[in-house]
Amino acid sequence: MPRDGQEGAVDPAILLEALTKRYGAETVVSDVNLAIAPGEFLTLLGPSGSGKTTTLSMLAGFVIPDAGRVLLGGRDVTRAPPRVRGLGMVFQNYAIFPHLDVFENVAFPLRVQKRPQGEVASRVADALALVKLTGFERRYGRQLSGGQQQRVALARAIVAQPSVVLMDEPLGALDKNLRYHMQVEIKEIQRRLGMTVVYVTHDQEEALTMSDRIAIMNHGRIVQMGPPRAVYERPESSFVGRFLGEANLLPASGATVLGGRPVVADAGAAPADGGWLFVRPEKVALTAGTEAAGPNALPGTVRHASFLGNVVRYAVEVGAEEPLLCDAANAPGIAGFVPGDAVVASWSAADCRLLAD
Amino acid sequence: MPLGRLGAFLLLGPSLLLLVLVFLVPIGWFITGALGELGSFADIREEAVAVLGSRAVLGAILNTNWIAFLVTVMVLLIGYPVAYALTRAKGIAFTLILVCIILPYFTSVIVRTYAWMVLLGRNGLINQALLALGIVDAPLDLMYNRLGVVIGMTYVLLPYMVLTLYSAMKAVDPRLLQAAEGMGASPLRVFLKVFLPLTLHGVIAGALIVFILGIGFFITPALMGGPSDIMIAMLIEREIELTQNWPTAALMTLVLLAVTLSLYAVYQRFANQTEGLAP
Repeated sequence: MPRDGQEGAVDPAILLEALTKRYGAETVVSDVNLAIAPGEFLTLLGPSGSGKTTTLSMLAGFVIPDAGRVLLGGRDVTRAPPRVRGLGMVFQNYAIFPHLDVFENVAFPLRVQKRPQGEVASRVADALALVKLTGFERRYGRQLSGGQQQRVALARAIVAQPSVVLMDEPLGALDKNLRYHMQVEIKEIQRRLGMTVVYVTHDQEEALTMSDRIAIMNHGRIVQMGPPRAVYERPESSFVGRFLGEANLLPASGATVLGGRPVVADAGAAPADGGWLFVRPEKVALTAGTEAAGPNALPGTVRHASFLGNVVRYAVEVGAEEPLLCDAANAPGIAGFVPGDAVVASWSAADCRLLAD
Repeated sequence: MPLGRLGAFLLLGPSLLLLVLVFLVPIGWFITGALGELGSFADIREEAVAVLGSRAVLGAILNTNWIAFLVTVMVLLIGYPVAYALTRAKGIAFTLILVCIILPYFTSVIVRTYAWMVLLGRNGLINQALLALGIVDAPLDLMYNRLGVVIGMTYVLLPYMVLTLYSAMKAVDPRLLQAAEGMGASPLRVFLKVFLPLTLHGVIAGALIVFILGIGFFITPALMGGPSDIMIAMLIEREIELTQNWPTAALMTLVLLAVTLSLYAVYQRFANQTEGLAP
C-alpha cells in the first residue's frame, strides 16, 4: 500500500502500521497503514461498518489491535491506555458531562493534569472564546442547543492544546446549515492551532470540504487515499467512484462500452471480461443529434430533466441498465433539453477512467 | 394511547381500594380509637409529652435511628460494588448475580433470620469454623447484640439498595466514562469525578429507602438483637401485646409514621429531581 505524505524530513505525527482488529471470525479492520503528517487534516471516510470508527478507537486506545502498531510522534503506544496518549477527542454524541457546567466540562482535561487554577481559568476562557461560547460558562449541557453542545465538546478537545485531535462524526447530529457552518469553524481552528486532526465521517461532502487527505475505507481496508480532488476525480475502483458523489459507471470490456462503443481513457484499463468506465455527470456534455462520431460519445434520449438550482441534471437513456447522468450548468444562454430529445452524450479522455472493479 | 384521568383512576382503583381498606382505615381507626380513650385534646398532649419524653421511648427512637443508619452504611458499602458488577456482567454471570440478590426476596424474613441464627450462633457454623481453624480461642458473640441486628438487617435490605443503584448505574452513558478516560483521567478519577456523581442520586434514593425500611424493622432485631437493641417497632408491639397500653402504642406509631412519611417526601423530591438531571 502506498504511503503518500510520508516522504520528506518531517516525522509523521501518527503512524499506523498494519493495524488489524478481529471480533470473533469477523475482521473489522484489516492491514491499515497510515502516516499522518503534523498539522494534517486526515479524514477516514466510509460507509457504516467499514472499520473507520474501530481504526479511530485503536488510535485513541479504547480498542487494542490484534496486530500492527500505533505510533504517536514516534512513540509506540499500541497497548498504552488512552490517558497516556495525550489526544484531544470529540465524540459523536458530544459526551458532555451532565453533572458539570460548561466551564467544568471544558476544564476537565486541565483538572486531570492538575494545572493551577489561574491557568485553568485563562485557558478555558480562551477555548470558549475560540468556539464563540463566552458567557455560557455556568450553563449545563441540557440547557444548550445541539450546536452549542458541539462547541463545548470542541473546546474541551482543544483546551489542553493536544497536538492531535480525534473527531468521530462530530457533526452527525446537526442540521445541514449548522453542519456547514461548523465544518468551516473546525477547519479554521485547526489551521490556527496547527493541530493534526483525524476525522471520521460517512458524509462524503464533509470529507471533501475539510480534508487535506481522505482515506476511503471499505470492509476494514483503506481502498484509496489521497487529496480530496484526486480521490474525487481519479477513483481507482467503482466503489470509490460511487461513494464520493454522483458517478456514471458503464459496463466496459477492453476499450469498449455497451457492447462495442469505443472509449478512450487517459488512465486505467478495463479487463476484457468486464470492468467499468467511470465519468462524473458534470464532465458529460450533451449535444442535440442522433449520430455519435468517434470515441467517448453515446447517442441517447433524454428521459428526465431535474432542476437542482445551480445545475440541471439530465438522465439520458443510452441502453445501459441505468440512465447516464449529465449535469449542465444553469448558466445564461444555455438552452435546455426536454424529455424525449435525441442527444449525444460525450466526454473527454482526460475526464474518464477505466476501472477493473 | 394516552389514558384519560378516568382511565388512570380505574386502573389504579383496585390497588387504591386495597390500600385504603387494609392500611389507611385500620391505622386511622387504631389511632383515633386509641387516642379517643384518653379523652380531651389536652389529655392527649399531656400523654404525648409523657410518652415521648420517657427514657425508654427516647432510647428506642435513638436506637432505631442509629441502627438504621449503621445498616444503611453497611448496605451501601456492600451494595455499590455488587450493583456495579451487575451492570458490567453479561449472560450467565448477570443472571447468577441477579438470582442471588432476588431469590432471598421470595423467602420469608423469619426464615432468612433463622438461617442467620444458624450461622452466627455460639455453636453456629462461623464460630465452629473459626474455632476449628484456631483463629479464635472462644466463640465470638456474633448474635444477640448490635452486631447481629446489623448483619441480619443488612442482609434483608441489600436487594433494595442493589436494585436502586443498578438502575442508576445502568443509566450512565458508558461513552462519558470513555470520554473522561480519553481526556487523561485515571480509573480512580473517572470513578470519583464522573461515575460517582452520576450515580449519586441512586445512592441517596437507595439510602433513603433502606433507612425508611430500617426504622420500621421488627422481626430481625427482635430475634437477633440483645436486650439493649430495642427498636421503636418492638416497643409498639410490646405496648400492644404485653401492657395493652394502646394510646401509648398509637402515639409511637404516629411518630414512626410521621418520620417515615417525611423521609418518603424527601425521597420523592429526589426521585423527581434526578429525572431532570438526566442528559
